[in-house]
Amino acid sequence: MKLSDLSYETYSSLSSNKARSFLTMLGIVIGISSVIALVSVGQGATASVTSNISSLGSNLLLVYPGSSRNSGPVSGGAGSAQTLTLDDSKAIKSNISGVSAVAAELSRRYQVTYKSNNSNSQVVGTEQSYAQIRNIEVSSGYFISDDQVKSFSKVAVIGPTIQEELFGAGVDPVGQTIKINQIQFKVVGLTTSKGGTGFNNSDNSIYVPISTAQRFLAGRSSISDINVQAASQEQINTAQEEITQLLLSRHNISDAASADFSITNQADIVSSLSSITGTLTLLLGAIAGISLLVGGIGIMNMMLTTVTERTREIGLRKAIGAKRTDITAQFLSESVALTFVGGIIGIILGIAISILISKFGSFNTAITWQSILLAFGVSALVGIVFGYYPARRAAKLNPIEALRYE
Amino acid sequence: MDVQLTKPTTVKKLIECKNIVKTYFSEDVKTEVLKDLNFSIDEGEFVAIIGPSGSGKSTLMHILGALDTPTSGQYILDGKNIARLTEDQQADIRSQKIGFVFQSFNLLARATVMRNVILPLVYAGVAPDKRNAMAEKVLFDASMDKERFYNRSNQLSGGQMQRVAIARALVNNPPIILADEPTGNLDQKTGRAVLDTFRELNKSGRTVILITHDRYVAEHANRIIEIRDGKIIKDTHNVSRQVKHLEEQPK
Repeated sequence: MKLSDLSYETYSSLSSNKARSFLTMLGIVIGISSVIALVSVGQGATASVTSNISSLGSNLLLVYPGSSRNSGPVSGGAGSAQTLTLDDSKAIKSNISGVSAVAAELSRRYQVTYKSNNSNSQVVGTEQSYAQIRNIEVSSGYFISDDQVKSFSKVAVIGPTIQEELFGAGVDPVGQTIKINQIQFKVVGLTTSKGGTGFNNSDNSIYVPISTAQRFLAGRSSISDINVQAASQEQINTAQEEITQLLLSRHNISDAASADFSITNQADIVSSLSSITGTLTLLLGAIAGISLLVGGIGIMNMMLTTVTERTREIGLRKAIGAKRTDITAQFLSESVALTFVGGIIGIILGIAISILISKFGSFNTAITWQSILLAFGVSALVGIVFGYYPARRAAKLNPIEALRYE
Repeated sequence: MDVQLTKPTTVKKLIECKNIVKTYFSEDVKTEVLKDLNFSIDEGEFVAIIGPSGSGKSTLMHILGALDTPTSGQYILDGKNIARLTEDQQADIRSQKIGFVFQSFNLLARATVMRNVILPLVYAGVAPDKRNAMAEKVLFDASMDKERFYNRSNQLSGGQMQRVAIARALVNNPPIILADEPTGNLDQKTGRAVLDTFRELNKSGRTVILITHDRYVAEHANRIIEIRDGKIIKDTHNVSRQVKHLEEQPK
């Protein structure tokens, strides 16, 4: 049997029962498109977590107060203890060699108001070097200077999200006065948007001099963390070691296990969050895979019905010279054609759904070649696996009984 | 007498049945359907195998058509012992040597007349560009109207369907036409036309084997083999057969 004959037979038998072919195919379409859409959600989450963390800055080390008994990146105690001071930050800056910039930080959420508009935002008290470490650029005005830190200036640099909430889009806030926790601050700069979502969103932050934050907002001398930028990627681990030793000696702690601070490496955060989103991707893929399996069973069901319905036809084909392989090929190609076409429609639909999710939903999606190839391979496999048994059953029919079948 | 005398004396034996026994076993009940059949059919013969239902004629037809093999004994078709062949080789025999015509036509309902006739060529591996010409020729031979060639076969009348089925049996140019009650679903007039077609085919040199329960139909053949309870009870060369006489029969 030639390929052209096979495709002719396949087309004519599938098109003779359009509604049934369509519904069976729908099972595969839904299966494939949900695999692609859901996996793209999972991979989008991975990508956005990775890019969010990278946007924090490069070669970043974060020193948090409190011990890190929990090995996870989001330990409960971090930031709540008050064991780090500005002096620790200064000591790191002057004593550790492989460090290019250090910025102390004191962050907390406050109510921020401008006229009748208000917003609950993260207020970051910090130093000039923070902008370099965290890749913050200013689109209007300038960032906090070290002079302003020294002079306890009540100045603020705001993120674009806050600009929109308080002043409205496009209005230059520089020179205006806002109130943070009822205290007046003069806006001196506006940062450029970095995009990104989730925690530590720099677009939704207000930067003030750390001295001002300590004295007028928090009312304490401790700081919430120290941002350290290693001079190069190779120096991150050495720097982490040296900072640990330095702070242990400064805090008079001999046992590293009972340290009252913890140092988080940016790469660690990325890898552990990626493993979480990776699991999420796997889970979503598995759920979608179940629907693909159900679609495959639908194919098998239809093919078994078809074989029974066409018993006489199979008998006739055998009587006029069809071999077993001809019959197997004919029915197998019907099921493969269904999954093939269903797979292509499913891929297109899946891509469309994932684009819609990223456009109208609150999270990003990422479609990868791997997920498309995987979905396609799986759908072809489903066609072969679930079509093989009915096809073999057709091929094995005894021609006499098949011809006699009513 | 004339008919037999004009036949060449050394005719090729196309079909040989030697001690054919067919037994079915179902739930420990042994049913002997064919009991030691011995006969042969020469090339160019027009044979009717006649018997009432349950006589074993259908089983015999399946064996003759290489759709089934005997429990014991030998069925030799064109020098080949069919039971010794593999399933695929048997399929080749059906494809090359035998043209089947069934009582219920067995056309693919949704396919066109052309496609139905072409189907045996598909399995015989005939190149697509040669198929249409071959199909058209046999459709003309089976007196099919040209306007109907691209109609779907479920739009045809019974007589037309049987013509298409005959054309399909002929398309691969097999030496044997095996017809199982070909007039069973047709009225008398169409049935007679179909039988005339078989006569024409026989005259052009093909071996025709007709399986029927109807003596009137069997009278069209040159030789009648009567089967009852799995045994041949009569094997007569119907030399007195006259077309004119049959045409005068009441409708």
